[in-house]
Amino acid sequence: MSNTQNHTGFNVEIIRQDFPILNRKVNGKPLIYFDNAATSQTPQQVIDVIVDYYTNYNANIHRGVHALSQEATDAYEEARIKIQNHFNAKHSHEIIYTSGTTHGINLVANGFSSVLKKGDEVIVSALEHHSNIVPWQMLCERTGASLRVIPMNENGELILSEFDSLLNDNTKLVFVNHISNALGTINPIESIIKKAHSVGAAVLVDGAQSCPHIKPDVQALDVDFYVCSAHKICGPTGVGMLYGKEEWLNKLPPYQGGGEMIAEVSFEKTTYANLPHKFEAGTPNVCGGIAFGAALDYMNSVGFDAIANYEHELLNYATQQMLQIEDLKIYGTAKHKTSVISFNVGDIHPYDIGTILDKMGIAVRTGHHCAQPIMDFYKIPGTIRASFMFYNTKEEIDTFISALKKAVMMLS
Amino acid sequence: MTIQEIQNEIIDEFSMFDDWEERYQYMIDLGKTLPLIDAAHKTDNNIIKGCQSKVWVHANMEDDKVVFTADSDAIITKGIIAILIRVFSNQHPTSIIEANTDFIDDIGLKEHLSPTRANGLVSMIKQLKMYAIAYQTQLN
Repeated sequence: MSNTQNHTGFNVEIIRQDFPILNRKVNGKPLIYFDNAATSQTPQQVIDVIVDYYTNYNANIHRGVHALSQEATDAYEEARIKIQNHFNAKHSHEIIYTSGTTHGINLVANGFSSVLKKGDEVIVSALEHHSNIVPWQMLCERTGASLRVIPMNENGELILSEFDSLLNDNTKLVFVNHISNALGTINPIESIIKKAHSVGAAVLVDGAQSCPHIKPDVQALDVDFYVCSAHKICGPTGVGMLYGKEEWLNKLPPYQGGGEMIAEVSFEKTTYANLPHKFEAGTPNVCGGIAFGAALDYMNSVGFDAIANYEHELLNYATQQMLQIEDLKIYGTAKHKTSVISFNVGDIHPYDIGTILDKMGIAVRTGHHCAQPIMDFYKIPGTIRASFMFYNTKEEIDTFISALKKAVMMLS
Repeated sequence: MTIQEIQNEIIDEFSMFDDWEERYQYMIDLGKTLPLIDAAHKTDNNIIKGCQSKVWVHANMEDDKVVFTADSDAIITKGIIAILIRVFSNQHPTSIIEANTDFIDDIGLKEHLSPTRANGLVSMIKQLKMYAIAYQTQLN
């Protein structure tokens, strides 16, 4: 069975050479890394950028008059423009560097504390990660607004007719993930954004799971806020971005006080810096931001169409193989989904299967995936989640399937 | 037998296994076969919530010795519990308080007792010791 080259000219064997970690062994077996939805691996091209930064031009940015500071500032700001272009934001100052998706969500949630009042309504989806539930609960507690939830069906799809009935003139904010981390469902955000805007509500989309697979165009989507993390897109941990429409970012108050975010400070009054610095207090993750830009360069050089086609092949291949296993149930069977398979086998605990797979060098995630409401919906303690990226292969899936069968045999 | 003697016995048993498969199959079998807790004690009060698996622990005192029973919803966790119960149960509180769990390393199961593993086992051992301290206080 050959899967190395498909019609787009995408060659996985060449791609794999970019990822040094894929050569290592775990418990004496070649690593098979299927925990990509938690964090993706880093290509040499991005590792080189990180090494180059600390080897040649590590410095604090923006206010330095010396060469290193200028070089670091230039690289950091060039990366912001790469991010702007990647997401097709209108202005580079609409891109706010964050420490990751959670930070971006909290920044917006905190900002809305001063916008919302009692009686206002906030809508989240039933498919959310805890990081996209808890900040809104906290926001509602602070402001007296109430939280509404778009329910999901058995396939793990949001029920849009229910969303329609939740929307009204009191709806001020809608929060939904682009793709569910636990189930892989691709949510119809275009339609959700249009409907939300029809009642004047703002929309924040959590793109943590979508950005490794899809290249979102924030202007075409007309989304108000979009957040993601670099570490899911072949970049480093600890850095991400918040896109916000200029008018919204100007309206929201700063999240954290500190250096960088001020225009003038006296003990009587501080005036805040312009965008994006208003939201970037303190010394940022300079190297992370530059490496984030390099990661987007890398992903674009592979090509998102090629990535989507190939990952779709992997998803179909794995799904077909897995359904041959007796008593295996896949959770999340949405028509539109990415290369994430959440499953259980009979009543075997996910932890047990994950443990045995690890012994065979296979990395999957087990547990509730920070999405307990989804697990409660299916009345299960958790699932095993295998998630694929474009550097995975059908041969790895074959090995995973035999390992899974062995684990089931040992545990039954 | 003292706790140390039981631990040595377990290390001997595990030394007979050639590879991880045999070790894990043994643990799984232990997990499957042992009745570890009375259903009446499998209550929310006795639960230790790990992120990954749940553990229930119950303790009572019989003739100056602490008797533990426990259970888990994951079978490998339950297998390890079976081993821990064999070591700690039916011992004097002082011996339980003083005992360590280094033997888990010797039998190749160290990773399961990592605090970051979130399977409830680290909290369970703490709980066993807390019970022992409580009963020790009663005895004094």
